Amino acid sequence: MTTEYETHEHDVLIIGAGGAGLRAALGALAQGAKVGVVCKSLLGKAHTVMAEGGIAAAMANVDTGDDWRTHFRDTMRGGKLLNNWRMAQIHAQEAPERVRELEQWGALFDRTEDGQILQRAFGGHTFRRLCHVGDRTGLEMIRTLQDRGVQLGIDVYMECTISRLLKDGDRVAGAFGYWREQGRFVVFRAKSIVMATGGIGKAWKITSNSWEYTGDGMALAYGAGAELMDMEFVQFHPTGMVWPPGVQGILVTEAVRGEGGVLRNKLGQRFMEKYDPKKLDLSTRDVVARAIYTEVREGRGTEHGGAYLDISQKPADYVKKKLPSMYHQFKELADVDITKGPMEVGPTCHYMMGGIRVDAETGKSSVAGLFAAGEAAAGLHGANRLGGNSLSDLLVFGRRAGLAAAEHANKISTAAIDSGQIEEAASEMLAPFERNNGESPYAIHRDLQETMQNLVGIFRNKEDLIRALEELEKLKERAGRLSVEGSRLFNPGWHLAQDLKAMLTVSEAVTRSALAREESRGAHSRIDHPGLDPIWGTKNNVIVRQGSTMALRQSAVPELLGDLKQLVAEEK
Amino acid sequence: MAEAIFEVFRGTREGGQPAAYRVPIAPGMVVLDALHHIQAHQAPDLAVRWNCKAGKCGSCSAEVNGRPRLTCKTRMDALPLDKPITVQPMKAFPVIKDLVTDVSWNYRVNKKIPPFEPRPGADWKVYQEDVDRVQEFRKCIECFLCQNVCHVLREHEEMEHFGGPRFFVRVAGLEMHPLDSKSRTRMLKEELGIGLCNITKCCTEVCPEEIHITDNAIIPLKERVVDEFYDPVLMLVRKIRGAKQESG
Repeated sequence: MTTEYETHEHDVLIIGAGGAGLRAALGALAQGAKVGVVCKSLLGKAHTVMAEGGIAAAMANVDTGDDWRTHFRDTMRGGKLLNNWRMAQIHAQEAPERVRELEQWGALFDRTEDGQILQRAFGGHTFRRLCHVGDRTGLEMIRTLQDRGVQLGIDVYMECTISRLLKDGDRVAGAFGYWREQGRFVVFRAKSIVMATGGIGKAWKITSNSWEYTGDGMALAYGAGAELMDMEFVQFHPTGMVWPPGVQGILVTEAVRGEGGVLRNKLGQRFMEKYDPKKLDLSTRDVVARAIYTEVREGRGTEHGGAYLDISQKPADYVKKKLPSMYHQFKELADVDITKGPMEVGPTCHYMMGGIRVDAETGKSSVAGLFAAGEAAAGLHGANRLGGNSLSDLLVFGRRAGLAAAEHANKISTAAIDSGQIEEAASEMLAPFERNNGESPYAIHRDLQETMQNLVGIFRNKEDLIRALEELEKLKERAGRLSVEGSRLFNPGWHLAQDLKAMLTVSEAVTRSALAREESRGAHSRIDHPGLDPIWGTKNNVIVRQGSTMALRQSAVPELLGDLKQLVAEEK
Repeated sequence: MAEAIFEVFRGTREGGQPAAYRVPIAPGMVVLDALHHIQAHQAPDLAVRWNCKAGKCGSCSAEVNGRPRLTCKTRMDALPLDKPITVQPMKAFPVIKDLVTDVSWNYRVNKKIPPFEPRPGADWKVYQEDVDRVQEFRKCIECFLCQNVCHVLREHEEMEHFGGPRFFVRVAGLEMHPLDSKSRTRMLKEELGIGLCNITKCCTEVCPEEIHITDNAIIPLKERVVDEFYDPVLMLVRKIRGAKQESG
């Protein structure tokens, strides 16, 4: 006889409650679906809350020359043309409407003098394009979405973690997980599932990401047979804090440079003049991150191994008004008054361009009933994401995935779930308690972070990547033997044991893809293969599970045609 | 290397006691770093909530040496190290385990508040000076430290009759939104019990976002309640002009 587990049933189950998950929930609700949202933390604490700089949308409120075509071109060029062009087009066309909608739901952006939404400059964007609220745009966005969602009646399962997707034949049928509070198991039955689980930064040592960012959605989808794409493209944000040690990696918003902040090395040189004389400090993130890294490696770094970022030439009141949380962050955590002197900054693992391979229009994955949006999905950003294009991505493709998931749910009936899958998922979860004297998951996590930081970082080469794969094999073995202390009640060690499985899967996917791509493009830099290779420019790396092994193949990048092709090629 | 001794509450709803841990100190270290160190090396099941570690998400609230704080912003070099540093869960909420408390009551209160409803025909032209004061309220990161120190909740446990400073801030953000058309004054008076607040400003003192909760949110809202329910002249004026639509 099988155990009875607490069970919930939804038309659409959304995993993740950041911007993409909440916007997907609102999209699905609008179609009349019964919607559930599962999240690892409390509602409103997802990574979106930390987004600072703004939402990129060609509203043309400040620079009237802006339009979706220019935004499209900037996005494609920023992504080194590896983007799915149709996603880039939809994104640029729909972002302004998604921003207006947020405003109609109560969000209050900073204003222009004539009362419109104010927009600021950002790296890689031709025009001032980022709609913002000081440097806390993500907070404004997540509150607006969560308040609306709760009011309209989504069911939110907080501090609940999914460990496996359940299937009926080839289609997704539900998810298995547990409540952190009691450690109790729970089963969700759903006709459609939307993955909105964000990124994978916690596999690196220096990262701007919170504990939640362990690649769960990608690993769950991979486990269920979905394809992953572009996994070699991991964005290192150029400006994270470097000192003191405890704050290493915490994000310093690109808005500092958007508002006029300047990068210098220890000799006082504006080194960006060398790396990108045209866009300077507002070059794309891949370029600026490599520039800072190179300055430090060549001995021109600051005392704590970074670059100086200085906004103190602007009036103190202006800095406090436009960058309030940066002001407080540095004052309270680093004893630096940014209105008076420079910050020390260096690259930090920040964002995953790759992820679950999806259909451009609907966010549909290669598994029936499984959708993905936001950072968990691949395609929009290609080889490098422009700042500000993440929040707009969440809104545009969150909505589309939610709508499509609800439509899919409308057409089918609830699937059967055999109890064997559920029992297997349960015993897998409990295994770490049954082993004694195994290693602590914390030790294995620390070693994984060292491996990824040292061998799969900003600059890569074949030798390091092969070594990383060997290390990952050893780490997988160790993870298979780890044990967990204490009870099932709110046990972070137990949780980390789960997270480790996902981190190891995505780390392997990143490393295999990085090894295969023998060129340097966007965020992926191979010291042994510098420069773009036009042949690789036509291919995306795709990862799929074959039994217990990870298979990699290449798929053709959708070809740009007609006037869009011309548009991207135009000199400007 | 210098060390600090931490006395961290370990226990559940059923009870518990502080446990002592020695933690090496690094430059610029915060209390949350120390808690992570304890998890990684001594107590892997120590329950702590955290997310951003940068003062932006409001997850890591606790009471450090008796003072309600975000542990990610509490520097070790600001604490005396000659005696143990105590870390306790927020007192106003029931303990789940160790430093993690059950804050679900806050989410239930939040759900009762009628959302933003734009004025019909609004043209969405809004000026910065109209936005400034509302943006202050929207800075709230929901750390619930203000709820934790409010004696109406902490000592008198008036959860059934009182919304608490966090939700007065939320209502202020809605009521003072330049384009909102709903009135929530009856709700403030009746369901959220704003009259129970006697403006001791404890909430304002602990707010990590430095929101002037008492002066800018609670007092103006109290004035609205007084105007609406106790001022005969204004009541007459409103009757003649037609009031803002009242929420049910």
